[in-house]
Amino acid sequence: MHLKYESFVREPLVDGDKDYHQITEDIVRPIEAKPGRMWYVGFFFSLALLAFGIFSVTWFVYWGLGTWGLNRTVGWGWDITNFVWWVGIGHAGTLISAILLLFRQGWRTGVNRAAEAMTIFAVMCAGQFPIFHMGRVWDGFFVLPYPNTRGPLWPNFNSALLWDVFAISTYFTVSLLFWYSGLIPDFATIRDRAKTKFRKLSYGLASFGWTGSAKNWQRHEALSLVLAGLSTPLVLSVHTIVSFDFATSVIPGWHTTIFPPYFVAGAIFSGFAMVQTLLIMCRSIMGLEEYITIGHIEAMNKVIVLTGSIVGVAYLTELFMAWYSQVVYEQDAFNWRIMGPYWWSYWAMMTCNVVSPQLFWFKKLRRNIVFTFIMSIVVNIGMWFERFVIIVTSLYRDYLPSSWSYYSPDWPEVGFYLGTFGLFFTCFFLFAKYFPVIAIAEIKFVLKTSGANYKKKMEKIEEQSTEQFVEEHAHH
Amino acid sequence: MSVKKFAVATYLDEEVLFPAVKKVRHSGYKMHNVYTPFPVHGLDQEMGLKETDLHVAGFVYGLTGTATALSFMSWVFLSDWPINFGGKPYFALPAFIPITFELTVLFAAVGMVLTFCYLNQIMPGVKKHIFHPRQTDDTFVLTIEMNDHVSEQEVLDFLKTTGASETYIDVAEEGWWYGRWDKEDDYKKGFVSAHS
Repeated sequence: MHLKYESFVREPLVDGDKDYHQITEDIVRPIEAKPGRMWYVGFFFSLALLAFGIFSVTWFVYWGLGTWGLNRTVGWGWDITNFVWWVGIGHAGTLISAILLLFRQGWRTGVNRAAEAMTIFAVMCAGQFPIFHMGRVWDGFFVLPYPNTRGPLWPNFNSALLWDVFAISTYFTVSLLFWYSGLIPDFATIRDRAKTKFRKLSYGLASFGWTGSAKNWQRHEALSLVLAGLSTPLVLSVHTIVSFDFATSVIPGWHTTIFPPYFVAGAIFSGFAMVQTLLIMCRSIMGLEEYITIGHIEAMNKVIVLTGSIVGVAYLTELFMAWYSQVVYEQDAFNWRIMGPYWWSYWAMMTCNVVSPQLFWFKKLRRNIVFTFIMSIVVNIGMWFERFVIIVTSLYRDYLPSSWSYYSPDWPEVGFYLGTFGLFFTCFFLFAKYFPVIAIAEIKFVLKTSGANYKKKMEKIEEQSTEQFVEEHAHH
Repeated sequence: MSVKKFAVATYLDEEVLFPAVKKVRHSGYKMHNVYTPFPVHGLDQEMGLKETDLHVAGFVYGLTGTATALSFMSWVFLSDWPINFGGKPYFALPAFIPITFELTVLFAAVGMVLTFCYLNQIMPGVKKHIFHPRQTDDTFVLTIEMNDHVSEQEVLDFLKTTGASETYIDVAEEGWWYGRWDKEDDYKKGFVSAHS
């Protein structure tokens, strides 16, 4: 059967001597075992952060928008920065689960489940910011087009901000469906080997009664493929629309056509960095080094160096266009970005996003776990500064010099941001404990072509000359 | 509920399963189903299953989304409550595209997932018979539906020749029912007493 065999040029995707049952054992064991001390420490620390976030937001809702450091000139600060940052992080999950599925990249199977979970949690965090930024959050449902008593008066469908409402909520829904439809068979695997009453009951509910019949799998494959096909343009549209929030306005520094591709590349860049941060921790804490291999990490580092370079080109293009356009407002905006009172944020962005990822051209560094881990955090700091630079340093000096100002956040804004970290990691710790972190069925599917032990069996074929191989395998 | 008798054969490798499926199809016995722990490509053709039309359903749902978005926004801005935004046209098609696209994707995805669940008859609270406890782990299960004209021993002997690792007779409810996975089912008792 398995004549479809993979060249030795490609690294094995599953290390060690695995068979189907061993894969189930390795991935389900952390779910069935009691979590270690590291898990409890991390989980309760995240809960504490979340609690502080809830306190900060409650404070803000009670006292109003004045508790944030925003002023009349700088109307968007940390809130929208954090919104764009979190949404961007989410994009890597969809890229891995959808776009790499369409490109038939086998290595996605090891990392797609966790990356997709990261997407969902990141979008949950992102959504908080525009909602609370509305100020009167109890009126937030006004953005929905429902027949209301005010006319009915409809929202403005021509507004980029309303497009965002539709884009983010669609993105969240579709990602959740895609993720969950992949989880159903794996939940069934946990259910069928469950020993405790509670686990049988809960995974029985979660698995929807899946049995793995051939017809069900056929439909499952069709569903995954179409959902991947839908998610691919969706993920590109989401950050495009986020960039429209800026690009459709006439603020120097925002009003450019380069924004959509530049935002999408930046989103994938920061998202892959976050995937690295999470997976490097996961694989060592949960002992999944044989499934999330150095090869996987290297592949993601290649994406990071590519998208980081695209972002770098975009930064330089912006500078060139400011000069080439001969628009004084545009030129001043960029002069002040580089040399104005916020120079430190621009240079933090440049160093973290453009200069440091170039180190990934070296294979040794791409395959170094500690270096990758540090870089993944550096990249995300850089991408946070990118959004800060775009938002704050375009707003603080507007057309009227008498209203120029400076902005720094107040504690409820910082607390809000920390709180979303709490939300994100609380969700991620629960995911790591109760969900199969690696897609069990998908790994089994690639085992016989890409597993280390099965590739070894192909050594004989690999040593043959082409003529010999053809001679042996031709249909006589 | 229709409780039936099945002959079950388990295989530990898909390379053994494929020829076995072929043999069973040509044997004249009524193949009931094949259960696998992961999608096995080509198995559906081997079993003679039709290609699924789920993606066609997805396309139709998508079109519904496109039509809903476009017609709704046009109705709002052309007839229900026209607002003049800086002299721009009321029917601003380019500005309608983002929301139209998002609703297309949303309708297609939600509709397909619901259709997927309906066709497979799966949802929270549904319980189905599991023929082998490891059929979602590492075991490939092939089932043959029995009737009064077939001898149990004959079928089991035949299945052994296909390379099965285990063969046995099981009594099972064919469809699905509401049930808890932590509770044993007693639907078999009635069948066993009626047929013995």
